[in-house]
Amino acid sequence: MTAIEIATATTPTASAPSSRRRGLLRQLIDSKKALAGLILLALFALLALLAPVLAPGDPSLINSTGSQAPSAAHWLGTTAKGQDVLALTLWGARSSLFVGFTVGLAATAIAILVGLASAYFGRIVDDALTLVTNIFLLLPGLPLLIILAAFLPPGTSTVILVLVVTGWAGSARVLRAQAKSIRGKDFVAAAVVTGERPLRIMFREILPNMASVVMTTLLGCVIFGIGAQAGLEFLGLGDSSVVSWGTNLYWASNDGALMTGTWWAFVPSGMCIALVAFALALVNYAVDEITNPRLRSRRARRALPERRA
Amino acid sequence: MRLILRNLGFYLLAFWASITLNFVLPRFMPGDPVSRMFAQAQGTMQPDQIAQLRKLFGLDHRPLWEQYLSYVKSVFTGDLGISITRFPTPVSDVIGQQIGWTLLLGGVALVIAAVLGNLLGIVAAWRRGGVLDSAFPPLLIFVGSFPYFWLAMGALYLFGVSLGWFPLRHAYDVGLTPGLNGEFVSNVATHLVLPALTIVLVSIGGWMLGMRNTMIATAAEDYITMAEAKGLSPSRIMFRYAARNALLPSVTNFGMALGFVVGGALLTEVVFAYPGIGYQLLMAVQGLDYPLMQGIFLTITAAVLLANFLVDLVYVRLDPRVRVR
Amino acid sequence: MEPVLEVNGLRVEYRGDGRTVVGADDVSFSIGAGEVFGLAGESGCGKSTIANAVMRLLKPPAEITAGSIRFQGGDVLALDERELRAFRWRQIAMVFQSAMNSLNPVLTVGEQIVDIFTTHEKLKKRAARERAGELLGLVGIDPGRLKAYPHQLSGGMRQRVVIAMAVALKPRLLIMDEPTTALDVVVQQEIMAQIRDLQRELGFSILFITHDMSLMVELSDRMGVMYGGRIVELADAKDLFAKPLHPYTEALMNAFPPLTGPRVELTGLFDAPRTTDSCGFHVRCPEDRSDCSMNIPDLREVAPGRWVARSTEGAPR
Repeated sequence: MTAIEIATATTPTASAPSSRRRGLLRQLIDSKKALAGLILLALFALLALLAPVLAPGDPSLINSTGSQAPSAAHWLGTTAKGQDVLALTLWGARSSLFVGFTVGLAATAIAILVGLASAYFGRIVDDALTLVTNIFLLLPGLPLLIILAAFLPPGTSTVILVLVVTGWAGSARVLRAQAKSIRGKDFVAAAVVTGERPLRIMFREILPNMASVVMTTLLGCVIFGIGAQAGLEFLGLGDSSVVSWGTNLYWASNDGALMTGTWWAFVPSGMCIALVAFALALVNYAVDEITNPRLRSRRARRALPERRA
Repeated sequence: MRLILRNLGFYLLAFWASITLNFVLPRFMPGDPVSRMFAQAQGTMQPDQIAQLRKLFGLDHRPLWEQYLSYVKSVFTGDLGISITRFPTPVSDVIGQQIGWTLLLGGVALVIAAVLGNLLGIVAAWRRGGVLDSAFPPLLIFVGSFPYFWLAMGALYLFGVSLGWFPLRHAYDVGLTPGLNGEFVSNVATHLVLPALTIVLVSIGGWMLGMRNTMIATAAEDYITMAEAKGLSPSRIMFRYAARNALLPSVTNFGMALGFVVGGALLTEVVFAYPGIGYQLLMAVQGLDYPLMQGIFLTITAAVLLANFLVDLVYVRLDPRVRVR
Repeated sequence: MEPVLEVNGLRVEYRGDGRTVVGADDVSFSIGAGEVFGLAGESGCGKSTIANAVMRLLKPPAEITAGSIRFQGGDVLALDERELRAFRWRQIAMVFQSAMNSLNPVLTVGEQIVDIFTTHEKLKKRAARERAGELLGLVGIDPGRLKAYPHQLSGGMRQRVVIAMAVALKPRLLIMDEPTTALDVVVQQEIMAQIRDLQRELGFSILFITHDMSLMVELSDRMGVMYGGRIVELADAKDLFAKPLHPYTEALMNAFPPLTGPRVELTGLFDAPRTTDSCGFHVRCPEDRSDCSMNIPDLREVAPGRWVARSTEGAPR
């Protein structure tokens, strides 16, 4: 059935943002990509939470002979030292997810503040913040991470701090651009004229309208956090006594897992990092597609009807 | 021209920021990392060399501003101190010996990934809904989700250890004398395959998706419709009209991507024990060799900034709109 | 004589997820040789959809679902890819709404004109450049400007370049989609004069699309008024202007007040959005709305060459 509709431009109103946000969540669940991503994420979160139940006791405890291939006793085998790889992987999820999401949230929060302040105040504030943002973007991330981490006392909080410091700038740039375009809209001008307080305008008028962009940058930051933490720890710049996916890989590499062919020592943790990042990327991709319909993949459709005889 | 000058100023500012960071870190960080380093190095160093290091790290009780000025001066004269792990070689010499390998690895991987990724992106955007467009992006996102170093480990294990197709470590076989002869070059090339492959695999997805998305946005422009109305062939529209324009954001991304690729190259070098500055950086971290770490950081930063500047020059050639301004 | 272009019962649908928007509905008209046919209507009424359909430029989700388009007797919708490319620009050329956007910003004007000759006439680069230079001369631009980039030209010059490109192959039909909207009034007049001169010289037909009724009457021989994807009135331009039969035509004409004469109150065009069960115009419509408020009725010929979409023959005022 064909309905005739003439599209009318929707003008932003006070009620628009909230309904749009609800729509976004709804659409996310409708999207197959996003649903797959969300389920995968939930699964990992569950495993991390249940680690003490599924693999009770200290995971780094040496309780077996080393370098055993996967078996009934040790589903994922044992490390060169004789630790259970499954336990290490499950417990590793706790630190990796915690660091990833903490970094993601903190970096996004900074990015939001910078972006909103840039867009709202403009001029000198904008210039200064943009300059700082661009410098952070330009400095090569990993070397910067390494020298920061090398000089700070080792530990999880150092890793988080260092990752936030190096991770916020990319999001800030995206959020600033978005906030700036919303800042130029009439309803913000109206709010300024009616004398609303700056903070209220930033967080009540502008922020809700960029929910989807905040979402994509947040997910991007989490991906960055998890990957970069693993990278740092792999180089031995984390706290090697903490069990995380990164330190698992560090120890696997240090114990020569590659050369001795004990693939089970390094495959699970790497797989987990990749799967979590992939799940986040899927959700991200779906959000992108929802907010930018042009990117939606479509089945190739003939531009013309079949010729009628 | 104004754009170039403005950006040049900006790059200098960024370089200044990284020098300052280098200056500040050892002086204000808690936990006194420098003493740790000295404790470790005590046995091997001569007293005058220790004195020189103390000066480098601000333990010589001069006023801060004086220290700062002399530090900036020494950076610009190429004096980055003395490496502790490779004592008593100066840091600049250590970096000079190794940076060639990093440039080779990073350069080859970056060029392959950017060219291939952009081409794939163009084709995917042009054949919306085709195999390339529907199957490739998720696949590449998945591959791109793996940490660089893990993919490197996997490649090393699979193709090096298990299958034995490629050498396991280093940039060329031990015992071979470096030189511009066929044997050495092909040996270097086989050593390059795995590390470069991992970097390409991880980074190609970003290029492809970025290009695909800008191509899709470009395809909606009026001048593309006009080109179609003009009766031009699809390939001509695709490359001469759409891709040329969509390439512009890609060129700007190139500079940004460089930082990431450098990071990836560093980790990849570590896995393959590839003798570039990334591997050296790991050695420096493990040996608490702060002068070398800082020197490597400065060198990489300078290289990235320089590359960005070159990208700007290319951009100005490609986009006539910025040329006149 | 056989008409140059004949559009019959054309229907274009935009198919989105789960809903379909009709861009053009049962549109029929024809354009004779050397004739200027005007298509008027507000933004979003389907004018540009028609123009793009005629050149087969519609991209998914837009789709032609019914009707026929014949050009000099040939079926345009039956052309295959290769035939279509040869057909475009040689037979029908088009001047797009915004010259700034329809010229590629990173290619010189010359490169973009040369393209036409190298593609259609298989000319060598050098010969094509020569022709391009002559072409610019034709619209009063110094051939030296071939090396200029679009942003280096003024708005009026850009539009002239686009018009020069359109007549490059001496097409039989020129589609002009709001060719002067982005320009100021003086430049607008210059461009219109230019188009008239070119038409006199080259003798092509024109499908002229605009929302500016006064401009349209000035140029067109016959015209159609579109509303909500349908043609609501079709007649000789002067007759239509002198005595509009459809209330919408009248409203559209009133949207452009005359510069002289007594002040009249402007009446808005929109009353309600057009939906499945309302034509959207019915609130202001003076007609008996029992039938046509639900949908726009089909065209009826009320006098020779005068067609109007009204259910009852309303008394012309």
